[in-house]
Amino acid sequence: MRTLTLLTAGIATFATGAWAQTEIQFWHAMGGRLGEVVEEVAEKYNASQSDYVLVPTYKGGYEDTMTAGIAAFRASQQPHLIQIFDAGAATIINAPGATIPVADLLEQYEGGFDASDYIEGVRNFYADSEGKMIGMPFNSSTPLLYYNKEILAEAGIDAPPSTWEEFEAMAPAIKEAGYQALAQSHSPWIFSENFHSRHNLQLATGNNGFDSTDVEILYNNDAMKQHWTKVKEWLDAGYYGFYGRGWGDNQDAFVQKKVAMWLGSSGSFGGLKASTDFEFGTTYLPYWEAIIDEPKATFIGGAALFAMAGKSDEENAATADFLNYLASPEVQYFWHRETGYVPITNAAYELAKSDGYYESTPDAEIGVLQLNQPAGEWTKGYRLGFYVQIREVMYNAYEDIFSGTATVDEAFATMEEEANALLDRFNATVN
Amino acid sequence: MKRVQFEHSAIPYLFIAPQIIIISIFFLWPSAQAIYQSFLLEDAFGLSSQFVWFKNYTDTIFSNAWLQAAGFTLIFSSLVTFLSLALALLLAVKANEVIHGASTYKTLLMWAYAIAPPVAGLMGNLMFNPIIGDLYNFMNLFGFDFDHKLDPVDAGFVVVLISVWKQVSINFIFFLAGLQGIPKSVQEAAKMDCNSSTRRFWTITFPLLAPTTFFLMVINITYAFFETFGIIDTTTQGAPGGATNTLVYKVYQDGFRGADIGGSSAQSVVLMILVLALTVIQFRYIEKKVHY
Repeated sequence: MRTLTLLTAGIATFATGAWAQTEIQFWHAMGGRLGEVVEEVAEKYNASQSDYVLVPTYKGGYEDTMTAGIAAFRASQQPHLIQIFDAGAATIINAPGATIPVADLLEQYEGGFDASDYIEGVRNFYADSEGKMIGMPFNSSTPLLYYNKEILAEAGIDAPPSTWEEFEAMAPAIKEAGYQALAQSHSPWIFSENFHSRHNLQLATGNNGFDSTDVEILYNNDAMKQHWTKVKEWLDAGYYGFYGRGWGDNQDAFVQKKVAMWLGSSGSFGGLKASTDFEFGTTYLPYWEAIIDEPKATFIGGAALFAMAGKSDEENAATADFLNYLASPEVQYFWHRETGYVPITNAAYELAKSDGYYESTPDAEIGVLQLNQPAGEWTKGYRLGFYVQIREVMYNAYEDIFSGTATVDEAFATMEEEANALLDRFNATVN
Repeated sequence: MKRVQFEHSAIPYLFIAPQIIIISIFFLWPSAQAIYQSFLLEDAFGLSSQFVWFKNYTDTIFSNAWLQAAGFTLIFSSLVTFLSLALALLLAVKANEVIHGASTYKTLLMWAYAIAPPVAGLMGNLMFNPIIGDLYNFMNLFGFDFDHKLDPVDAGFVVVLISVWKQVSINFIFFLAGLQGIPKSVQEAAKMDCNSSTRRFWTITFPLLAPTTFFLMVINITYAFFETFGIIDTTTQGAPGGATNTLVYKVYQDGFRGADIGGSSAQSVVLMILVLALTVIQFRYIEKKVHY
């Protein structure tokens, strides 16, 4: 790969004549259609100016990309930019010296950075506790409810549920019509992390982990246990379909019309449009009226771009130039339209609105609207170390609840104990 | 006194050099690194590092998840080794007796040998897909209530089935070769003495096959411990509830996905010791019963 990029750089140098172009290595985790859009963005950027060349490289899934970046950094072969996902944020942000905060980078090379340009919901997730952005949100999505309009009509339901109470009331009619009512694709993300954001509940001590690494998980709470008791009831009653841990397996159940509704990502919109042969709609993530009267915003999932340290001034300037380009309204609007990920700046959102995009495709706006719902004290995200392993612990606990191996209380007690052991261990690695 | 000695030549060293270099680069050097890392607590990027003695070992080895994985690995490896050997032996004995179209049978049985574990896993995954999987539907046809996404036993069944299926063909090849190596004269002599083919098999054929069986057992245990990684990764990934997590898969999960280098190094050192011990036991105690 390295020789290939060197070769590309070499050819690029020849092609453009006397001056050398600075290369920006960009490692990402966007496969399939998303990867094509990344390539298109790179082509546009490379055509837009002649000083720098962006070289995107697909490194596999989110975890693979992070591991590749870590290994490269340890061997002093790190790329200039790397895409790191939500669960890996604590790993990279708690390693100061591994990255240059994007706020600093843009301040230094692009003459200014204003966090308030970014939409409310994406501003804080990859920032430090003072709100300084360390990573630049790139593919930002948020959990939404997709519903099959035809199945709901068949079951005599006119509108999708906005609360879980409403969902419970309509589920029997959907079962009667011969379908499961609901499936979802990422229980740690949707039924745990965003569950807390939606209901404005704290999920970890130390300001959800933003202030310290010496923290404890707070998932073992009554609201969560009540929710999961219900989900287990729904599973047993045939209202809820569990098609495994895989994202795609549960999405397929929706595409194949096994389930009437599916909780997925706003970023799934484009893919669903292409793969379904029925009318579907999107709506906000339901909440429990019993817990909160007015639901709060969800926070983002997806990933952010981090500028890796140890590069020359010239290279940093190149990286900053690309980030600046990426955040421009036109590029953001293009990215939003092609992928379904939310636009990260207010200007890009305004551009999409003024272009009439949401009039023709109103469902594409739901994600942004949900992120822009009123913020609460606990809606800005979380920062927890070894969170990849903690999600594994959570998946295990939820499967134990579903299979009846453990009761809800037992499963959450185990989850709390194992997650706290991991958090302790992470704390020891950074101090 | 004059010492009698052959003249030294560099050539033997040259001959073993490639092997030594390969072992050094791909085994000795990484093992040394793993042992070194297993005593360190580091952030993922290696910016800060502290020597912590056995903390990585105690943190990981005494965790429920590791013990669960160790338990499953033991059951899984025994089942995979035993079943793939037994099935392959049965098939080899039967195929050896076939006269018409023998090569067709043999070719078909060897077929799966060319398939890599991850590919076998992907195929299995498709067949057990809850929406379109034929085997999944087949299992449920008989009112089994088969659900490998949630039931630990069903999930174990899926990974064992795929692992055995993938391994049977290589065992079959070796057993068949072993059977054909048994002298005809011995077999004919046995036939005259004893009419029961079952008895002849256990008293004559099986003992004569012992070297092959022993070799295959060593190979199969290694397969079940390490190579089934690709199958676990493409099917259950340790689900449900960590019930199908093997030790080697857990090393990968913690180290390559979770960026916990110290913890996963400690686990891989323990795994290395376990497999070394197992190999020593095999050669020390079981090989004594093998007559070449």
